[in-house]
Amino acid sequence: MSAAEDLDYQEKPHELKWVGTNVARTDGVDKVTGRARFGADLIMSGMLFGAVLRSPHAHARINGIDTSRAEALKGVKAVVTRNDFEDQPSEMIQVGELTVNIRDVIRNVLAREKAMYDGHAVAAVAATSASIARKALKLIEVDYEVLPHVIDVVEAMKPDAPLLDEKQFTDGVDPKPDKPSNVAKRLEIKLGDVEKGFAEADVVIEREYKTRPVHQGYIEPHACVASYTEDGQGEVWCSTPGHFLVRAITSRLCGIEVSKLKVTASEIGGGFGGKNIVYLEPLALALSRKCGRPVKIAMHRSEVFRATGPTSGAHMKVKIGARRDGRITAGWAELMFQAGAFPGSPVFPAAMCAYACYDLENVLVIGYDVIANRPKTTAYRAPGAQISAFAVESAMDEMARALGIDPVDFRLMNAAKEGTKAAYGPTFGPVGQVETLKAIKNHPNYRVPLGPNQGRGVASGFWFNIGGETSVTMNVNDDGTIALTVGNPDLSGTRTSISVMAAEELGIDPERIRPAVGDTTSLGFNFISAGSRTTFAVGKATVDAARVVIGELRARAAAAWNIPVEAVVWEDGRARPASSNAGDFEPLSLEDIARDAKKTGGPIAGHVETNVSGAGPSFATEAVDVEVDPETGHIKILRFTAAQDAGRAIQPNLVEGQYQGAAVQGIGWALNEEYIYDERGRMENPGFLDYRMPVASDLPMIDAVIVEVPNPNHPYGVRGIGETSIVPVMAAVANALEDATGVRIQELPLSPPRVLKALNEKNGS
Amino acid sequence: MTRYHVSATVNGDEIDFLCEPEQTLLDVLRDELHLTGTKEGCASGDCGACSVMLDGRLVCSCLVTGAEVGDCAIETIEGMADGERLHPLQQKFLDHAALQCGYCTPGLLVAAKALLERNPDPTETETRYWLAGNLCRCTGYDKIVRAVLDTAAEMRGE
Ligand code: FES
Ligand code: FES
Repeated sequence: MSAAEDLDYQEKPHELKWVGTNVARTDGVDKVTGRARFGADLIMSGMLFGAVLRSPHAHARINGIDTSRAEALKGVKAVVTRNDFEDQPSEMIQVGELTVNIRDVIRNVLAREKAMYDGHAVAAVAATSASIARKALKLIEVDYEVLPHVIDVVEAMKPDAPLLDEKQFTDGVDPKPDKPSNVAKRLEIKLGDVEKGFAEADVVIEREYKTRPVHQGYIEPHACVASYTEDGQGEVWCSTPGHFLVRAITSRLCGIEVSKLKVTASEIGGGFGGKNIVYLEPLALALSRKCGRPVKIAMHRSEVFRATGPTSGAHMKVKIGARRDGRITAGWAELMFQAGAFPGSPVFPAAMCAYACYDLENVLVIGYDVIANRPKTTAYRAPGAQISAFAVESAMDEMARALGIDPVDFRLMNAAKEGTKAAYGPTFGPVGQVETLKAIKNHPNYRVPLGPNQGRGVASGFWFNIGGETSVTMNVNDDGTIALTVGNPDLSGTRTSISVMAAEELGIDPERIRPAVGDTTSLGFNFISAGSRTTFAVGKATVDAARVVIGELRARAAAAWNIPVEAVVWEDGRARPASSNAGDFEPLSLEDIARDAKKTGGPIAGHVETNVSGAGPSFATEAVDVEVDPETGHIKILRFTAAQDAGRAIQPNLVEGQYQGAAVQGIGWALNEEYIYDERGRMENPGFLDYRMPVASDLPMIDAVIVEVPNPNHPYGVRGIGETSIVPVMAAVANALEDATGVRIQELPLSPPRVLKALNEKNGS
Repeated sequence: MTRYHVSATVNGDEIDFLCEPEQTLLDVLRDELHLTGTKEGCASGDCGACSVMLDGRLVCSCLVTGAEVGDCAIETIEGMADGERLHPLQQKFLDHAALQCGYCTPGLLVAAKALLERNPDPTETETRYWLAGNLCRCTGYDKIVRAVLDTAAEMRGE
């Protein structure tokens, strides 16, 4: 319970001064001058360089690891293998929107019985230089017994598929199976009766879809520095969206108490969910423990591709029924998701979100979480929702065509709104799906005439957003400025947005507030920066902290004037008597009160520790225009319009940036990006040359439309805004492709060879 | 292991360093000279995060060995601002919110500066092609391109 909840603060209906404006980012100058320090930028005295040995096999039993030759190499200070870590019991822990089993986490950090995928970490070394560390890796001898492997999700589900885990029996099926399986879990999201719904339908569209694994693609590779001292204390500096989570997992895996490990989050060079889990930190700390020197480990890009991220590839079946008048009667889907080597794909959120854009009576979504010899998937921006949306929103487009209704109008006829009961449980409060659809329909881009080989596609998307554990401290400095400490790493300007809300509350210029991301010793627990929670949840806790501070500022003024605190109001950064009845006193500014704080009761601070709830569900609708080259099959993006409900945009330019970045990640996913494996299960394209992400010349400007349907559970109406705009993209592009060419492709990516083949098949050549 | 002794200038300062044959200019800048503003994204010439100027030429410092920069003039992000004053590009990147995480930013700024030195009045398309070697995963490039075009206009006095 937060102190703020007992507060009787004044509801002041005032004009917003800072919220909704663009203010200078507090980390801005550091980031344009090269001063900002990211994961690999810390240099400590005596620091060693670490490197990780990785399995070249997709699936292999490890019969032995001989590190003696590596240890004998001059300059090598420590080597760690599975023998340096205690095994962990099976126990689920929460990571971002997903849960993971700590028994799997230890196995993913360092292979134990088996190497489960190409790139799986097997040993790590620390040496006096990076080149010696790399040389040492070559001297480690691993006795692998190569086993049959499986990559594709449908293959992995077959009864005779190579088994990854002999002890895994499918969860969620009745009766309990008697044979182990790669299917970790079956789950269902259900509302009403789909059979009844399909019986009422005039038109039924039933299709299958496939997507490939794609990587989050942050430009900063994973990196950390760890130091362990003789008194059993550890320190970790790392690029993470959640240093409290790094502390929890690293202390657990290394067998040390939580209080003995301090974790500091560096600036983070992108994550998009891919850094929501721990890879290097336990290795670096264990190496440092062995040799007593700080150890830095930074991944090479190929390691990032082979061993971290990506999100699932999936095989999906969708069936939608509708009446002639455009009303959907039933939505059904079956989602088969690759989890990677350990269970925990985003199939659950994919199932939750699949039909959440619509107000439906009958929904059934069945999901399967399937392990395969690929890196363990991690979250990727609205995890899973984009994958199921590719399937559902492609089928929705075909349905609109079949019914002869404009795709936006068809969605409007069925749109989720206030009062809609979502199949995954909640009944929505005020939500903005209708508004995003209208924003697209009314946008000038939606009326631009199209030329030959050009087409327009529309799709919608949903993400639920989250709150979670949050701790914030606000200290009033003696000159009346504010030191604000938050516990969530800032990936995109959140520190500044949070300061803006604090400034609005306190009635002072945001420039007078210095926000910092505190280390794990400075605050209570904070859940990670994920699920679009940071501006929403940390903002809410910060507003509460500011209100605690204001309560104290009023109390100090009341004491100075010798009047009751209720007779003092806080306005425009000053305390003043509530009315002339309360007395006639000159207002006291924040500076005045802060200057005298020593004499009036000591330092003034507000801190809030809370579990934030009430995240605002977020909807987006997007329209894309493409031009297809009939000679090559290349799709060019001509125009892109992204409309998403922000609740309220604290800083519009940062909100637009989120929509634009999400849209472009989706464009990469739609057009080019995919993991490619050879027949031995090795990734063939672990670099930016062959894993082709969008570059500036591939793209037009991205038109971002901020829709604002305030979230009633936040003092300024904030929803999360970081994720939803990626959700509709792949379907929107596939829909545009059909509009341009008459060719429907149900498999990603829509790369030139695949498009050309489909065009040729259609033309019968 | 043999280490080469190399003398060069970095952001106008004369410096000396020792480097191994396999160390790149990027490794030298970061690990030997502790100029960590230049970033590694791929170490294979595909992302542009490590962009620096080498004798007036825009290069990926991960594709140049440390040993080959003897007597060269190197300019990095750390040398871009003029004392207390940000370079107009740096200021416009801030004004346009052309960065989110900021990891690609040093490389993009160095590359954009090289563009404007060659072409003070680039079109949007020219800007996009020039910057095609610099990956940014956060922004979708929209605000980056706008910031560069706006800087160009300002520097031309428009
Ligand atoms: S690090 Fe040099 S181009 Fe990527
Ligand atoms: S701002 Fe994050 S990669 Fe460009």
